[in-house]
Amino acid sequence: MLISMNWIGDFVDLSGLDKEALIHRFTLSTAEVEDIIHHGYDTHGVIVAEIASVENHPNSKKLHLLKINNGRELVDCVCGAPNVRVGMRVAFATEGGAVSGHPIGRATVAGYESCGMCCSEAELGISADNSGLWEITDDVPLGTDIKDVYDIEDTIFEVDNKSLTNRPDLWGHYGIAREIATLADRPLRPVPVHDTSVYANLPAIPISIDDPERCYRYTGIKVENIGISVSPVNMRIRLFYCGSRAINLLADLTNYVMMELGQPMHAFDLRRVDAVEVRRFEEPFPFTTLDGNDHEIDPETLMICSHGKPVAVAGVMGGLNSEIEDDTTSLLLESANFDGVAIRKSEAKLGMRTDASMRYEKFLDPEMTKLASERFLALLFAIAPDARVISSLTDVYARRFDTITLTFDQHYVDRYTGITITREQIVRTLTALGFAVTVEGDVFTVVVPSWRATKDVTIKADLIEEITRIYGYDNFEIKTTVSPLAPVRRSVENIDDNRAKDVLVCSYALHEVHSYIWNDKAKNKALGIVPEENVKILNAGTPEHDTLRSSMIPTLLSFASENRSYADHYGIFEIGRTVEGLRADGDCNERKKLGIVLYDKVASEEALYLKARDIVLHLFRDMRHVTPTFEVGAGVAYPWQHPVNTAAVSVDDKQIGFICTLHPAVATKLDKRAACVAAELDMGLLATLAPKKIAYREPSRFPGIDIDLTFAVDPAALVFTDIRTKMNAVGGEYLSNVTVCDVYEGENGSSVTFRLSFEAQDKTLSKAEIQPAIDAILTTMAENGMPLKTV
Amino acid sequence: MEQEIACLRARFAEEIGNVSDAEALENLRVAYLGKKGEVTSLLKNLRDIPNEQKKEVGQLINAIKTEVETAIAKKMDELREAALAAAVSGAKRYNPTLPSTEELGSYHPITLVQRELEDIFAAMGFTIEDYAEVVNDYQCFESVNIPKHHPARDMQDTFYLENGQLLKTQTSAAQNHIMRKYGAPLRAIFPGRCFRNEATDACHENTFFQMEGMMIDRDISISNLIYFMKTMLSEVFRRPINVRLRPGYFPFTEPGFELDINCLICGGKGCPSCKNSGWLELCPCGMIHPNVLREGGIDPEEYTGFAFGLGLTRLAMMTYGVKDIRDFNAGNLKVLSQFESR
Repeated sequence: MLISMNWIGDFVDLSGLDKEALIHRFTLSTAEVEDIIHHGYDTHGVIVAEIASVENHPNSKKLHLLKINNGRELVDCVCGAPNVRVGMRVAFATEGGAVSGHPIGRATVAGYESCGMCCSEAELGISADNSGLWEITDDVPLGTDIKDVYDIEDTIFEVDNKSLTNRPDLWGHYGIAREIATLADRPLRPVPVHDTSVYANLPAIPISIDDPERCYRYTGIKVENIGISVSPVNMRIRLFYCGSRAINLLADLTNYVMMELGQPMHAFDLRRVDAVEVRRFEEPFPFTTLDGNDHEIDPETLMICSHGKPVAVAGVMGGLNSEIEDDTTSLLLESANFDGVAIRKSEAKLGMRTDASMRYEKFLDPEMTKLASERFLALLFAIAPDARVISSLTDVYARRFDTITLTFDQHYVDRYTGITITREQIVRTLTALGFAVTVEGDVFTVVVPSWRATKDVTIKADLIEEITRIYGYDNFEIKTTVSPLAPVRRSVENIDDNRAKDVLVCSYALHEVHSYIWNDKAKNKALGIVPEENVKILNAGTPEHDTLRSSMIPTLLSFASENRSYADHYGIFEIGRTVEGLRADGDCNERKKLGIVLYDKVASEEALYLKARDIVLHLFRDMRHVTPTFEVGAGVAYPWQHPVNTAAVSVDDKQIGFICTLHPAVATKLDKRAACVAAELDMGLLATLAPKKIAYREPSRFPGIDIDLTFAVDPAALVFTDIRTKMNAVGGEYLSNVTVCDVYEGENGSSVTFRLSFEAQDKTLSKAEIQPAIDAILTTMAENGMPLKTV
Repeated sequence: MEQEIACLRARFAEEIGNVSDAEALENLRVAYLGKKGEVTSLLKNLRDIPNEQKKEVGQLINAIKTEVETAIAKKMDELREAALAAAVSGAKRYNPTLPSTEELGSYHPITLVQRELEDIFAAMGFTIEDYAEVVNDYQCFESVNIPKHHPARDMQDTFYLENGQLLKTQTSAAQNHIMRKYGAPLRAIFPGRCFRNEATDACHENTFFQMEGMMIDRDISISNLIYFMKTMLSEVFRRPINVRLRPGYFPFTEPGFELDINCLICGGKGCPSCKNSGWLELCPCGMIHPNVLREGGIDPEEYTGFAFGLGLTRLAMMTYGVKDIRDFNAGNLKVLSQFESR
């Protein structure tokens, strides 16, 4: 929003104050100022003059040779404007002057001397009109500096609209002026108004509010015999500087009052609107707003009607059918207050937001409607004294906000601020901002002014903000807290996340990536992954992204595929969230998962798969001192997993995740010439696993014996951990370790060689001492279909 | 005999002069000092020497024996030195300037920034809290004083799910849970991933990281808040930071502030990146709204507190000079593999 310092000056005496410093304080105490714009300070030496004669330029069709009467003499001027005529009063930039920073000198234009320049409004920066010269119609003596008559000089500051979201009172100059007055410690002048009590006996306007939930108040008045249709220059300049555009007197006046007080107004042509009903309709119907756009009006949208006929969308925009036209001389003036939520609904249904609606949606002060009407009249009568009020000020006040009274004590302020702000400062600040304050002992009782009471200030903490922001946060003495220190442990989840990342990055040179929580169906399809059915996002940016992911892997596979040019092998991982459908209570079953994908153009798929196994093993050994089991043949959970080479990763029969190669349908689409494998662990389930204690065993000081035994068994079919368990069960007290030291797959049948390590803590074992254990192991193996291999 | 010794000395001197390796030296030693060596033979012959000469001749023989032993030991040292020198001068020169083929993994830049912040806050006694990404309307809005139809809901375009839940738009969604979990007093930070339904470009993402913190205790004041933010940010940026508070509006704070820091590029003098203001808008903060405390089961008459938010994604962009926010979620290893250090 653009704020004019001249306008603020109507209400606060700014003399002797540094305007920029004041604007800076406004940023620190009220709302962010985004820009400061200076108008007219680079224009000087421009006077009111009259065109005394006009001759065509002999060498140009466009140019004219003018004699300009500057009040003392006639000077020559070559002018290219189309609207020159004798007797026209213009803004004439004299030699040595400047227009918007451009110096004016004596010049020869197409062979003729020109001693100045006639200016358009655009050249002076007071409007966008560049169609011709600015014709001055006010009765001003020739030779008068235009700055003596017109407010061309002004400092404008732009306030960030977002920072005014919670301050309905700051959507007009008067509210800003109240802040400035408080900051400058100067009095705020009242708004000049026209007293309407004198019209009390005139006929009232038929106004009805059918929907008091959506309309707090509607104030109307009829005026006729308005003979003037163009706004005064100074009003037009202010409107232009503040980002508006002059249209005609009545439209300009409604805009002016809105920009001054923040109260939107609407002027209906009295020929088309002489009664008002505020209501909604049960059925949708078409309606054209005055910007010429057609809309379908929804039953939720509040409308203004006259004798049943819709004439405006309440609080948003008038209808084309009741617009003020150039020949309008009588009007019905609306000054109303609508519910913020209702207006926001209308905006949403119409898909439009206007200067009026963006104010209403903040919940404006209903007390303003009458003030705004009276302000409008005061301005109107100053411009068009022949205008005549022909109705009473008809005021239907359907619903009121409660008066809010808050109490607090000095201790509350001290505790909240941590500094000392005196009682006098508190009273002075709140009073300047319009709060009514009474103090009894230590207790302050504060009545919130109507313009802050619509939803902005409701509790005593809100008053802390008023007191402290005016006090100035830069003036705060800053202090540390005195809270006692208590030791803080990191959560298991936090430690796990960090540790897992460290292991993967430092030990396996994997790269951490981030991906979206939804599936990318197009990318899935490109890899031959059938899009899964899962919880959907109702308003996804695109239908391709409307389904949440249940596994980390498909997105990571896309990344693996997209990085093929990065290197001939790499691994990536992410700890992220997935959703595995809904829980019994209807909420999403959100899981935190670690996904790992390895890609390699050189290594075999088997080697890569075993590497994934090693990584998972490492993570469990490192983080929980447990060795998980890898259960094969347990089936697949996702269609992209390989039905043969998918293994469930479990600890104590609880599945934590899986490792897998890819289904050939996916593997070949991803990269025919490279291997790609995946692993996924549920970090939430991992967190529930208590770490095993490290079981320390003193190493034996005596040499042990290693015995290698080769069994006739298919290495693909055995489950090593099962065999080891069986061997341990019968291997006696000296069996200390079982490993596999050779795997043979050949024409004469496959075999696996196990190495059994025996040792004793207190002696050197003899072969005879371990022979019973070996015999028992051989028997057990034979019983389980794994006979000793004979050559 | 004396002559014999003199001959032996001369012969030995000549022979040892010709020795150039350890083997020849050993042969020489055996030839003179071995059981059948020449010096040993002299000693054996001593018994043939008349008694009155034995002492003198014995001394001569012992002298030559010592002389030979010393010469051989010296020669052995010389040969060892020469061998080491030859090993050094003949060694292959390895080239450490060749490019390394050792592979390094990488952390996501968000992880790096988040870890650094977590360490700072942990050192200041804050717990680090994790929270869901899929939340309910209550957690994301109602519990933090954003009732239905509140304009703040418009400011954050929300992804809604078909089961009525939503993807959290702000880390504040965890406030209520954490207050209820710990009660007061409380110090916690809660980093998390947030989602907003908006079009993406170089500066906007629908998926980004924030970190929020709260401190609640008896008599926590605005003065404490300013002190804390200044201290914390000086740690984060590893230099003294000047802060400036402006009024800011957030439904879950009262009063709420926008916190500016002195521009990191110009130090506050004014430059293009701070639009010549000298200040950089960094993070929202404020005193926790009494309604939010109450909803979290904490009595606002007894306790006060402050909360603050930091844009982790934005901080990562500032820290590393990442220009396009979309690079964080694109999985491009040419980008991400650069973040290899902790």
